Amino acid sequence: MANRIVIDPITRIEGHLRIEAEIKDGKISEAYSAGTMVRMLEEILRGRDPRDAWAFVGRVCGVCTTVHSLASVRAVEDALDIVIPPNAEHVRNIMFATQYMHDHVVHFYHLHALDWVDIVSALKADPKKTSEIAQSISNWPKSSPGYFSDLQKRLTKFVESGQLGIFANGYWGHPAYKLPPEVNLIGVAHYLEALEWQKEIVKVHTVFGGKNPHPNYLVGGMACSIGIDDASAINAERLQLVHRLLKQAKEFVEQVYIPDLIAIASFYKDWGAIGGGLGNYLVYGDLSPNGYRDPSTYKFPAGAILNKKVGEVMDVDLREDNEIQEFISHSWYEYAGGDDAGLHPWKGETKVKYTGPKPPYDFLDVNEKYSFLKTPRWKGNAMEVGPLARVLVGYGRGREEYKEVVDSTLSALDVPIEALFSTLGRTAARGLEAKLVAHWALEFYDMLIANIKNGDTRMANMERFKPDTWPKEAKGVGHTEAPRGALAHWIVIQNEKIANYQLVVPSTWNASPRDKNGVSSAYESALKDTPIADDHKPVEILRTVHSFDPCLACAVHLYDEEGKHISQVKVL
Amino acid sequence: MTTETLTKRPTYYEELRGKGYSRRDFMKYCTMMAAFMGLQQSGIAQIADAMKKTPRIPVIWLHFQECTCCSESFIRSSHPITADIVLDQISLDYTETLMAASGHQAEEAMQKTMKDHYGEYVLCVEGSVPMAGDGEYCCIGGRSAKQILEETAAGAKAILCWGSCACNGCVQAAKPNPTQATPIHKIIKGKPIVKVPGCPPIGEVMAGTLMHIITFGTLPELDGIGRPKAFYSKRIHDSCYRRPFYDAGMFVETFDDENAKKGYCLYKVGCKGPSTYNACGIMKWNAGVSYPIQSGHGCFGCTEEKFWDNGPIYARMPEAGGFGIEATADKIGMVALGVTAAGIAAHAVATNLRKKEIVDNLIEEGKESEKEL
Repeated sequence: MANRIVIDPITRIEGHLRIEAEIKDGKISEAYSAGTMVRMLEEILRGRDPRDAWAFVGRVCGVCTTVHSLASVRAVEDALDIVIPPNAEHVRNIMFATQYMHDHVVHFYHLHALDWVDIVSALKADPKKTSEIAQSISNWPKSSPGYFSDLQKRLTKFVESGQLGIFANGYWGHPAYKLPPEVNLIGVAHYLEALEWQKEIVKVHTVFGGKNPHPNYLVGGMACSIGIDDASAINAERLQLVHRLLKQAKEFVEQVYIPDLIAIASFYKDWGAIGGGLGNYLVYGDLSPNGYRDPSTYKFPAGAILNKKVGEVMDVDLREDNEIQEFISHSWYEYAGGDDAGLHPWKGETKVKYTGPKPPYDFLDVNEKYSFLKTPRWKGNAMEVGPLARVLVGYGRGREEYKEVVDSTLSALDVPIEALFSTLGRTAARGLEAKLVAHWALEFYDMLIANIKNGDTRMANMERFKPDTWPKEAKGVGHTEAPRGALAHWIVIQNEKIANYQLVVPSTWNASPRDKNGVSSAYESALKDTPIADDHKPVEILRTVHSFDPCLACAVHLYDEEGKHISQVKVL
Repeated sequence: MTTETLTKRPTYYEELRGKGYSRRDFMKYCTMMAAFMGLQQSGIAQIADAMKKTPRIPVIWLHFQECTCCSESFIRSSHPITADIVLDQISLDYTETLMAASGHQAEEAMQKTMKDHYGEYVLCVEGSVPMAGDGEYCCIGGRSAKQILEETAAGAKAILCWGSCACNGCVQAAKPNPTQATPIHKIIKGKPIVKVPGCPPIGEVMAGTLMHIITFGTLPELDGIGRPKAFYSKRIHDSCYRRPFYDAGMFVETFDDENAKKGYCLYKVGCKGPSTYNACGIMKWNAGVSYPIQSGHGCFGCTEEKFWDNGPIYARMPEAGGFGIEATADKIGMVALGVTAAGIAAHAVATNLRKKEIVDNLIEEGKESEKEL
């Protein structure tokens, strides 16, 4: 007989996620993923100035801050046919890369590591041996026996205080933790170092966007003018600050994150066969040295892979009516044309209708509607988005950079390529792309400098900033690759105002409920067949769910109260 | 605070000594804290005393309708750094963003703190509470945000409202506020509440407010609507380094124009600094690197009530709805602009005359060169 367990809240994520799982014979037989919070920003956006949208949707998420603002300004620029200056492209790319490095490192150490690293075991480590291991895997200077010994004393004191704070009630001592005490101690050391480092790298956003979280963007470019002879603008001092931060970030990724990732992964190779899930992957692509409008030069190439056929990458069209569609068969929404329909975001017709249990409740009725997330599909297929999808598509598209990092990692871990389709593969892919992005960030920095040196100091194209220059009706789509996966915003502008705004975000792809055919999305699919050693301490569920880096505030689909059709809007 | 808990939990002084810091280091730290809080010399002894006696205060940090930007901002704090706060200053017993435990174990940790430290824990709230329906628009562990808030608030010593969501409802409370997103002070009555608004608040402002409560055991002095005066008593406009350009009527007319490259005032491209109270101009962001205006974008007033409905963002203030902006200041600006515009025009004429001279010379030089060829 199956035993139903509930994990709610899933912590160390952004937002409110609930997992219900049925356990049978020590394995998950069925899993159900539910988003339990909604804010309805799309309704709030209706009737507002399209140039303001980036600020509203930026507040969809403060963890993957910037990504929604970027998708938003691109959607408006697409609708109004605004081409932004090269400097603005480079600055946006540098901010994008900054966000990746920050987000991936914070995810690895602060949101994911405690699923693999046992803090309490670190108390038993031998500092000298810890130092030897640390120095054997990296040149990172903070690795002396004294350093680890001091840290261990601090940790011991903390544990002995009896107030474990954020570490209270963890699954410490669970048999699924496999690291020796010394590697656990390295993990704890870098948990704390990464916590301190992460507040540095974001200063790149502060230089260009004035603050972090939630730096400022601008339709038409960026607001941070270049004035190399003025203290108030982007000048040599500001650029040098950015350069230093990017170089330090690259060092941290290469000397701390990647060696830790490989070291920890080598003790969990069995997770290279667990948590694979769908085997379908989707990437919209981003990061071009030649501008967002030139997809052929994207460093994250776009594409879709079905059934793990990495050699057969298919093209994706965000404007095509029958490619990306959203379903609500198991979501707390209703469609005028019946709940089984699938609608392209430009035709988004959505209305919240909560039919779940009245709180407080013990279980959701998973046979009916059970989430505030809609269910997106690509040509009818459930797709996984995120780092693994990007690495596989880059690999499948034959890009040398990808082949190099993937092949060298597989050989370092001595695992076959199939190991990529797993919880471990997902976590490893995140590290590998962080390594690539750390390198690209400096390339974009050099391009920015070269362009300024050539005499181009333009940062914004304001020709079509004033609403009286706009057509009466326009629609656009803006996409990017958020750290968590493919992200796009669709906008319809009528009479200088937002007539409709739709977001299809990474965690909606991954965390959504089943579709009308009963087919699971990525989380549910990946959790199936995962072995659970102890029903009361399901650390295995956390490992797989965290490997996706959930971000639920983004994922909850937002609604149109009037259920207004926009299909009659003419394509311009 | 009961004697029992005092003996159970080590004080900050004990913590620091245990980590090998000397008493001298401890006093230096207290001096730094005092300076950070803007206290006179006499305040140092008070801090030192408080930190010697005070055990690590339990903190429960709730997340409702929010985007987690406040938690992210909090971990950006440069002084004190987050690791020191979390390991040495407070006992962060519940926070969905960072805690190791999930599900039942997470709930148990919260229940334990509520029971063992009834009346002495600090409750931090990030996010607004949706009051529409039966509370189904935000549920955690099967319970609604409202149920959780009321239960946790009952035993809290004080409530810290992080960010605009908890203070004024922020973006989800913008018109038409479909989920009836409601700030904390409208739901919980009879508890000390400190509002730390902003989207998000500056990291050091969050840490500073928390440290004030921890070190003094009292709430910081608040303004009329419950914000710490230390950080929210000055308008961005009055602490802005671009203010002299406003006074002189020198404005950015459109983004990235020549005036933008010179750092003129952003008032005409929508800056809401004149009606926004925050410490951005003084403390700046991310350890003093910059703030929105310094990076060329106007302030959009993220600490103020209903700021999302006071837009559009790029409309200059008298045209933007909701602001009771001093019309006189605007007129003064206009008058000054008129005067300066005349000056600029004169300057332009002079410049053009000089340019013409240079161009004429170049043409002559060119003709000479041609001859040589």
